[in-house]
Amino acid sequence: MNSFTSPPKDIFQNDADRTTDDGPRRAAVRNALHNYKAARTRTGATYTDWKAARSAASTIKHEAVNHLDKYLEEFERKFTARGGKVFWASNSQQAREYIVNLAKARNVRAIVKSKAMTGEEIHLNDALIAEGFGVVESDLGEFIQQLKGEAPYHFVFPCMHLRRDEISDLFHKELGTAKTNSPEELTMIARRVLRRTYVEADMGISGGNFIVADTGMISITENEGNARLTVGVPKIHVALIGIEKVVPRLGDLALLLPMLATAGTGQHLTGYNSMYGGPRQPGENDGPEEFHVVLLDNHRTRLLADPEQRDALHCIRCGACLNVCPIFKNIGGHTYGTTYQGPIGSVITPHFRGLQDWKHLSGASSLCGACTETCPVGIDIHHHLLHNRRNAAAEKPAPGEGLLWKAFTFLMRRPALYRLATRFAPLGSMLHPLIERSALDPMIAWTNTRDFPEAATKSFRQQFNAHQAAKASKNGGAK
Amino acid sequence: MRVSLFIPCFIDSLYPNVGMSMVRILERLGHTVDVPEGQTCCGQPPFNSGYWDEARSVAQNQLRAFKDAEVIVSGSGSCGSMLKVFYPELFHGREQEAEAKALSAKTWEFSEFLVNKLGVTDLGARFEGRATFHDGCHGLRELGTKQAPRELLKHVKGLELVEMGEAETCCGFGGTFAVKFPQISTAMAEVKCNSICETKADYVISNDSSCLMQIGGYLNRNVGTVKCLHLAEVLVQQ
Repeated sequence: MNSFTSPPKDIFQNDADRTTDDGPRRAAVRNALHNYKAARTRTGATYTDWKAARSAASTIKHEAVNHLDKYLEEFERKFTARGGKVFWASNSQQAREYIVNLAKARNVRAIVKSKAMTGEEIHLNDALIAEGFGVVESDLGEFIQQLKGEAPYHFVFPCMHLRRDEISDLFHKELGTAKTNSPEELTMIARRVLRRTYVEADMGISGGNFIVADTGMISITENEGNARLTVGVPKIHVALIGIEKVVPRLGDLALLLPMLATAGTGQHLTGYNSMYGGPRQPGENDGPEEFHVVLLDNHRTRLLADPEQRDALHCIRCGACLNVCPIFKNIGGHTYGTTYQGPIGSVITPHFRGLQDWKHLSGASSLCGACTETCPVGIDIHHHLLHNRRNAAAEKPAPGEGLLWKAFTFLMRRPALYRLATRFAPLGSMLHPLIERSALDPMIAWTNTRDFPEAATKSFRQQFNAHQAAKASKNGGAK
Repeated sequence: MRVSLFIPCFIDSLYPNVGMSMVRILERLGHTVDVPEGQTCCGQPPFNSGYWDEARSVAQNQLRAFKDAEVIVSGSGSCGSMLKVFYPELFHGREQEAEAKALSAKTWEFSEFLVNKLGVTDLGARFEGRATFHDGCHGLRELGTKQAPRELLKHVKGLELVEMGEAETCCGFGGTFAVKFPQISTAMAEVKCNSICETKADYVISNDSSCLMQIGGYLNRNVGTVKCLHLAEVLVQQ
């Protein structure tokens, strides 16, 4: 179980032991993602050429990420021209302080928040609650996770791991509602709580899916309408968005919004797609009076400085790589211990939070490549896991492992010695049963759960040599 | 044609029959098979562990051993992709880059070689049984091998091929991953093997023996009735 003193790798290993042992939960997650896959396959098939769409999406993000200076400043110019405020936060502390100070300066009491992984990333709720502000999450999944006191399980589907009866029990315990197994009733319970919250809140906080440079707008895409109310009802709005979310042109969304929906949930488009260009303008009858956009770096520029892995900033946070990842499906989202779970999280977390502490996530992959195959913006995800492994070993070789690979290399550079070693493999197989699955078994990590094949009495090399000799003598005999 | 086989360490010691089946198939097709003496491991274990200097050092041995090869054929999509996809990256910007690229260009996964290089799909094989096919991830996603093994199996008389739901899902082997994170690796094997069992197949066939070591290891311990076979071991049967 989690402990504050254990290194992240040990916590990961322990949590993975526990979660891989939970068959019913694994089956439920697998089943949910099976349905996702079916929907996505159906929707994906409606594209004339998904590969071309993917390549175009990748080109857009490549252009944006490689010209952040240009496009972010263009956004700032246009957004502030309409009275919006832009704050550039280098790190999480600056972002938290800006938002907390703003809330204090405006005498805010209650805050309603729509889904924002950047908020999770900088632990914004904790900071606001510590200062005495009430914060309510308005995305249904996030609302449930907040009641549960748990981080999101998946950065698109925050409570996908929970069964209906678990949610019902949670509502019963925290909100005093009657137990129900109906999804509609559960949603209505949350809705009744939330509708009140929108009206009472004097500040709304959201994330943002895209920052559009040429119109100076932010784009929010959602399925519940909660983000619209979060932005539209309270007097003050703050959108906390990572700098990599910028795209050059409004027209780029014609491709990126449907791709995000298809890859993320298997929809053609999400239910609500909104564009916000600043506070309420004269003559308009709704919208916040103050609109702040906090542009969050928080080590994204560290990733930008790595040309090899820079494409990880193309990510539009659709979550598709989690949905197809066999590791995610078996260990679940919380085991990662990160804001961003799954393959993309394993790539970027070492850049955000330190390579040595988080390199194990890059190791915890069979490198199957399902993530890269599914990524709608063409990020080379699984190869970046390899690159993280390489960078970690180069920076600080693991003591035992470095030596092991040196010995391995010594053997593999000497074909005669390698052939000799192969000759001894059957002896190893003969002796192995004596210690198999005991503490002395060097292969215990394998043999605990799986059989290991016996070495053949005659190696391929021996058999092939015999085969060649037989052929030669036959040919010789024929002469 | 002179075909040089790259024999992965696990085929050499654990599954020699896979290598010998490839030899017999290629000889029957009239080709000369050689297995350069100088070859050892492809270097993927240190490569995947992040020890690229060591991997390069091992890879250099293979560049030497296969320098004169006309074509190189591998019975493992995983080792094949090491040679074909990762050697060029490993030697990128280095002295041996051209050599690595040349080796990459002449390397083939076994089923791709038969179908797309030699243009053969019917080997006249006969094999009685119900089987399902496992796509090794490296073969599938690094090399793009999907149809070739199925084309070959379609022509095997007596064989009934049934696709499993999780054909493209990783078996959980992943090299050192299997022992560094055994709990995750085993959970993945369980999912894979349940999907295999759902097909009621007698055999699970793959073009990668490393996956079959994982699948077979789990099946033998927990199921016991489904047998693992390499594609070559099926195609050689007459």
